[in-house]
Amino acid sequence: MSLWVDKHRPKDLMKLDYHKDQAVRLKSLVQQSDFPHLLVYGPSGAGKKTRIMCLLRELYGSGSERLRQETMHFTTPSNKKIEIMTVSSNYHIEVNPTDVGIHDRVVIMDLVKNVAQTHQIDSAGQREFKVVILNEVDDLTKDAQHALRRTMEKYVSTCRLILIANSISRVITAIRSRCLTIRVPAPTETEIASVLHAVCKKEGLSLPSELAMRIAKSADRNLRRALLMCEACKVQHYPFTSDQKVPEPDWQIFIRDTAAMILSEQSPKKLAEVRQKLYELIIHGVPPDVIFAGLLKELVCNCDMSMKCKIASYAAQYEHRMRLGNKSIFHIEAFVAKFMAIYKKFLEEALGDVF
Amino acid sequence: MQAFLKTGKISSTDKPSTSGVKSTKKKAPAPWVEKYRPKTIDDIVDQGEVVQVLRECLAGGDLPHLLFYGPPGTGKTSAILAAARQLFGDITRERVLELNASDERGIQVIRDKVKTFAQLTVSNTRPDGRPCPPYKLVILDEADSMTTAAQAALRRTMERETRTTRFCLICNYVSRIIPPITSRCSKFRFKPLARENVIKRLQEVCKSEAVEVGDGEVLHQAVDTCGGDLRRALTALQCCQRLLGKITADGLIEVTGLVPENLVDEFLNVKNYNELERFVENFLMDAYSASQLLEQLSERVVNAGHLTNKQKCVISEKLAVCSHRLLEGGAEVMQLTDLGCTVIMANNNP
Repeated sequence: MSLWVDKHRPKDLMKLDYHKDQAVRLKSLVQQSDFPHLLVYGPSGAGKKTRIMCLLRELYGSGSERLRQETMHFTTPSNKKIEIMTVSSNYHIEVNPTDVGIHDRVVIMDLVKNVAQTHQIDSAGQREFKVVILNEVDDLTKDAQHALRRTMEKYVSTCRLILIANSISRVITAIRSRCLTIRVPAPTETEIASVLHAVCKKEGLSLPSELAMRIAKSADRNLRRALLMCEACKVQHYPFTSDQKVPEPDWQIFIRDTAAMILSEQSPKKLAEVRQKLYELIIHGVPPDVIFAGLLKELVCNCDMSMKCKIASYAAQYEHRMRLGNKSIFHIEAFVAKFMAIYKKFLEEALGDVF
Repeated sequence: MQAFLKTGKISSTDKPSTSGVKSTKKKAPAPWVEKYRPKTIDDIVDQGEVVQVLRECLAGGDLPHLLFYGPPGTGKTSAILAAARQLFGDITRERVLELNASDERGIQVIRDKVKTFAQLTVSNTRPDGRPCPPYKLVILDEADSMTTAAQAALRRTMERETRTTRFCLICNYVSRIIPPITSRCSKFRFKPLARENVIKRLQEVCKSEAVEVGDGEVLHQAVDTCGGDLRRALTALQCCQRLLGKITADGLIEVTGLVPENLVDEFLNVKNYNELERFVENFLMDAYSASQLLEQLSERVVNAGHLTNKQKCVISEKLAVCSHRLLEGGAEVMQLTDLGCTVIMANNNP
């Protein structure tokens, strides 16, 4: 019994639900003798991984689906031992180099070298290269990215890289210009709704189109989240009704509550309470940038234009500092305090005008 | 047995042909950029003066220390590689040490590797007895990413080993090279390539790759999107050819990751915060790159007729700040929102 997301994941390039012309192009790419390095980018839940797995299947046949997990060990130049989880088949290996933090450079160099130096056993009809899939390339350190660019050229005859990123803003141009970049835009709401319908049909359920549309709307154009929500809906209440409540991710509600707290009162005492909430969010593993974006979105709702600008500019500033530092709570709190100060001043001025 | 002998015979007699097959097979995956890299300095597009000077140096057989600078894709690396090939012929490999930013290049490497390489004396004849220049060449590509300490370590080495070694530094920004180094080299500036020359070159490549590009329209587009960077233009054309099987204007935009012009316009004309929020969300959901938008926006703002100078100043300043923050890893949502607010405010008070 697996989740719908995994169960109904398309396995063939031709069976993808959207971006069909792109799928056709990818297929024709595979059929050419020459296969470039790929850089696949798009927001989460847009189907990057699905496309890549389909592509691998197209390249190597069903053998690429027999996966095994392995832990690999590396030693950094400073003699620190690190280990990292990899998922691999006979033809490819997938790794998430950001798991090891600042030592990602070692992992990339050693791993690619390892893979590249073992040649495929030469049998007819096989590709002469293996594939290395690197996740979250945009979060790699600059060092690692520079190391990548040399390795990419050096081992091009025996291995191909498929890089996955959420956005290419943080990928250095030298890598971008060495790869064939493939943009995977998030599916539109109608596309999500039609996928939901198709999945429900396969499960033998009937889904009212209003509900499908509402799930699609609240999923932020993230297909994975939409499918999970749909499954949660089914667990909560089946048969579906069109006015059924769509469960929202609880951290979203939590952030909204926090924002409401900040808006209700601006005082140091309240700030201390807000801190508790923020800590709780961080402890539960909600990424700080998501908290930041959520707070900004909620907080600016009842401000006028000039204030919105001010707040947005401060948010950008504090968020940037958060990236440079390593204690995110400080920066989120600083932003909250700043907002309180601005908002309080604004309220007092508005009251002053009234009297 | 018979078959074995037979195959042995064939392979020995037809050696040139099999190696020919092999080389074409090997050539197939080569990027066009490498495949069509100029072989001699006379093949270099544009850059008349530089080529002139290099040619005279080569004729005299002597080479000063060189410093090439200029925007990417203008032929700096190609020029020195071609010159090296002409100087050293088939012993290029032994005589040239090429280091670029992806190699380890801290002060330690300069002290050990470069210095020991530079100290070796070489003869003025080749193994086969023909004469060749009695020095070696160290090419430091992307020298502006070297640390100042590493550059400083280089200066004495450069002087002391002039007898046996010539250095060639290549960089985009000459201002990042420390003055003691620049004063030791003869400097050459590589100009951005002229449009018609780039197009001519692209046409030649397309012709020899047997790729249909139609009239010059698409190539013009390619040049526009790449702004005088021949390497980028070639890579874009090749990607487009691989992905779509033909080269079209839309395909070029897609493979180069450019943001469509109408989105840039939309961002500049956003009226209020809600609209901005929606725009930013959609923009990121469609997986366009924020840094690319900033780049295109900067060009658009500077050339925009409908903005006053004051507005341009305000927007450009914010653009610089946001671009810096993005580079250091700031979230795209935040930076775009911030910039968008500035644009709205600027539009409201001319």
